[in-house]
Amino acid sequence: MISLLTKQLFLFDPLALFFLAVIFVVSLPSAVYSIGYLKNSYSPKKIFFSWIILCAFLLSMALVVSTRNLIIFLVAWEIMSLVSYLFVIFDTTHEKSIQAGMIYIVMTHLGTVFIIAAFMILRNYAHSFDILAIKTACSVIPRTEKNIIFLLFLIGFGTKAGIVPLHIWLPYAHPQAPSHVSSIMSGAMIKTAIYGIIRFVVFILGASYSWWGILVLIIAVTSCLVGVIYALMEHDIKRLLAYHSVENIGIILLGVGLAMYFISINKQYLAVFSLIAGLYHLINHAIFKGLLFLCAGSVYKATGTRDIEKLGGLIKRMPQTAIYFLVGSMAISALPPLNGFVSEWLTLQAFFLGALQVTGGMKLFLGITAAMLALTSGLAAACFVKAFGITFLAEPRSHYALNAKEVSLSMKIGMFILSLLTICFGLAAAIIIKFLAKAAGAATGIEISSLKFSLNNFVLSTNGGLAGAGSNSYLSVPLLAFMLIMLAIAGFGFYVFGRKRAEIYKTWDCGYYKTDSRNEYTATAFSKPFRIAFSFFLLPYRRTQKIRESFYHVKSFSYETHTTQVFKKYIYNPALTLIFRSAKLMRRIQPGSIHLYLGYIFVILISLLMFMQKF
Amino acid sequence: MKIFILILQLAWFIALAPFLSGFITKIKNNIRMRKGPSIFQPYYNLAKLFAKSEVISETASWIFRVSPLVVFSSYLTASLMIPVFILLKPFSFIGDFLALIFIFALGRFFLALSALDTGSSFSGMGSSREMFISSLVEPTICLIVFSISLQFGSTDITVFSGMHTVSIAAIITALSLFLITIAETSRVPVDNQETHLELTMVHEAMVLEYSGRSLAFLEMAAYIKQMILFFLIAQIIFPVYLPGPINLVQIFLWCLWYLARITIVAVIVAFVEVAVAKMRLFRVADFLGFAFILGIIAVVCAVMGV
Repeated sequence: MISLLTKQLFLFDPLALFFLAVIFVVSLPSAVYSIGYLKNSYSPKKIFFSWIILCAFLLSMALVVSTRNLIIFLVAWEIMSLVSYLFVIFDTTHEKSIQAGMIYIVMTHLGTVFIIAAFMILRNYAHSFDILAIKTACSVIPRTEKNIIFLLFLIGFGTKAGIVPLHIWLPYAHPQAPSHVSSIMSGAMIKTAIYGIIRFVVFILGASYSWWGILVLIIAVTSCLVGVIYALMEHDIKRLLAYHSVENIGIILLGVGLAMYFISINKQYLAVFSLIAGLYHLINHAIFKGLLFLCAGSVYKATGTRDIEKLGGLIKRMPQTAIYFLVGSMAISALPPLNGFVSEWLTLQAFFLGALQVTGGMKLFLGITAAMLALTSGLAAACFVKAFGITFLAEPRSHYALNAKEVSLSMKIGMFILSLLTICFGLAAAIIIKFLAKAAGAATGIEISSLKFSLNNFVLSTNGGLAGAGSNSYLSVPLLAFMLIMLAIAGFGFYVFGRKRAEIYKTWDCGYYKTDSRNEYTATAFSKPFRIAFSFFLLPYRRTQKIRESFYHVKSFSYETHTTQVFKKYIYNPALTLIFRSAKLMRRIQPGSIHLYLGYIFVILISLLMFMQKF
Repeated sequence: MKIFILILQLAWFIALAPFLSGFITKIKNNIRMRKGPSIFQPYYNLAKLFAKSEVISETASWIFRVSPLVVFSSYLTASLMIPVFILLKPFSFIGDFLALIFIFALGRFFLALSALDTGSSFSGMGSSREMFISSLVEPTICLIVFSISLQFGSTDITVFSGMHTVSIAAIITALSLFLITIAETSRVPVDNQETHLELTMVHEAMVLEYSGRSLAFLEMAAYIKQMILFFLIAQIIFPVYLPGPINLVQIFLWCLWYLARITIVAVIVAFVEVAVAKMRLFRVADFLGFAFILGIIAVVCAVMGV
């Protein structure tokens, strides 16, 4: 009986198992971390409550990725959104939390509307809510309907994933939740949307037309660039990380979009390979972004501020957190030999291998998209030099950082586990890819055992998987790590052998012996070249104010610089104004007279009856 | 045998990389009708720095101390991917051209961090500028690798290290890589190695707080990076033609040809450096934008097969 029920309700194929792994790999360390994080910050009652909603949150996510019934999927999806909303407004005293929660709940429901619409069309053809039944029924869906369903799914799941321009809620909601939840939201929750895209667009609809893949690629590359450019401008450490989630979702979708394109042009080997790259980046992002959010939470807990302009010098005060943050920063900047490097390398290789197999203009398109991915990773590295350098290095810039203490043991354990995973997922890439190949094979419906994968030792044969002829691209992460470490050790030998004692002295200050933390470079200054180079998009503006004592003497001078939130200003604000204006118009037909309302009901009833007649 | 070649290759880079910088300085000075320092000046500098004691800022943390080693080891690891003794390929499984770019990024990341570590505003400025320039360099390098991958069918460095015909696409790729190399090796229109002018310096500003052996390591790393980039340019436009079986004479000839090629690139770099003036920092974006366009043209040429 129970086994029958589970068979009817759940679908544990490799794809679902992979996503379950992603969810729990981030959640468990975050849960351990939360023991120390919540203590002393909230009342015991609230902590107890937080554990309950955390469990509900995890279970709903697990249900989303493992159910095979669309109704259950929707219910779980809603629970996931609502419970995470509770976390966004967890700091109820904060006015910002309420605002963030509002934006989040509106956006996420907007997305769900599109998903429901898509489900209804699917149900219309399949006469069933079962995922596998729908998959078989999919072959009869005509072209236009399929396109519509695809677009509905893209908007619906894209809202949850945070693709540009639907990312608007993400930088508000993620930072506002408690840090361990930010880590789960960014690491796992937005990945369920990617699951949705893979499950419904790739698995069920089968990525039939090539423009789907191209559209996803364009959206993905826009998300990458917009996310990372906004992140560079951001000085709130958790918002900075939230913008990086937008960027990394873009990178993941690059892999998924490529896979969709290759499926549509029937290049199965490349499709599986691109999806592997996407899935690899997905789990990597879950790990290192989870880690970074936990570290950011530690910094917040220890200093009481999230503004990196007020931090600095934390590497001496919180040495362990600093190391964990450094590991996370290196991974997200795609530096070898950590995991982010491997997955970005794979994604770029997917582009390069794909370009050899497509023709004409598509080659150029893939090339430019790959170049934009490279630009993204360059900007991400710059952003994390800023984030790590300003937060942890040099002298403290305010009393917040001056009195910081290392965080408690449970928090350190949470961060330690994730940084260990970050390193392992880099070094053990060849093993992990074998598992990913299964998930990618299940998602695309391509029999992977028949394809000659020479991926196990990380050699990519260029001619469509037929090993042998042609030259190969290769990468050996363990060997790379080994060489890096050995050469560093050898260098260290030369460095210490017979050296003179180093002198500890002040930083050079042009002979002006009064330098302090005010002379240090700030995050605003660090990102200035980027602000100027991308001014066409960021539209920076500044406000300066001089308060004069007399004509000759300026008493104080204030300087502010901001960037314009283009999407908010030119898309969301006009849309909101439009809604409010139409609401005002609607108010005219609500004068408060009961007779009029009865008349409305009558008219509606008549028109509904006439509408029913048509079918 | 493999270990022997490995050591030989490391020695090759460490021994010859400083020479290249001395050579460029010498040519630049000769063009300017000056005598200039000896070609071996970089070696003297390194020896001097190695003997000196270090001054470390009291603000600095362990990042500042390990950075020179990380930078040095990452560029040296990158050098192992370069087929110096092409006929003996012992390290073909570390990584390809793409991995090389990522390893460069590793060194740069730590250098930029160490610059922020001392709390000096000069080095902070250098760090910011370096990350700005390098992030704009990144897409162009990607296009270059892409174009090479289209032409030679792989991102493996050895595929274009051997015999190949020089197409238009290859020449434009090399040109684009040349502009990138100027930016990456902090040479004139982008940066200036010769001055300590606070308004213009990028690389020099980052290493401002370093002294003694740490500085020696950083300088060495910069020389090695320069040699790698010069080699890649040379490899694309001056392919190798080696007749006959592999023997010591062949290897010797190859090494000579190797040196001759990177020397030619060095001469061109020297002429360019003398001929153009330093750009404003924000004009560098235009300069790199031009390199990017060249990269796109290279890809277009590669797609068309010319």
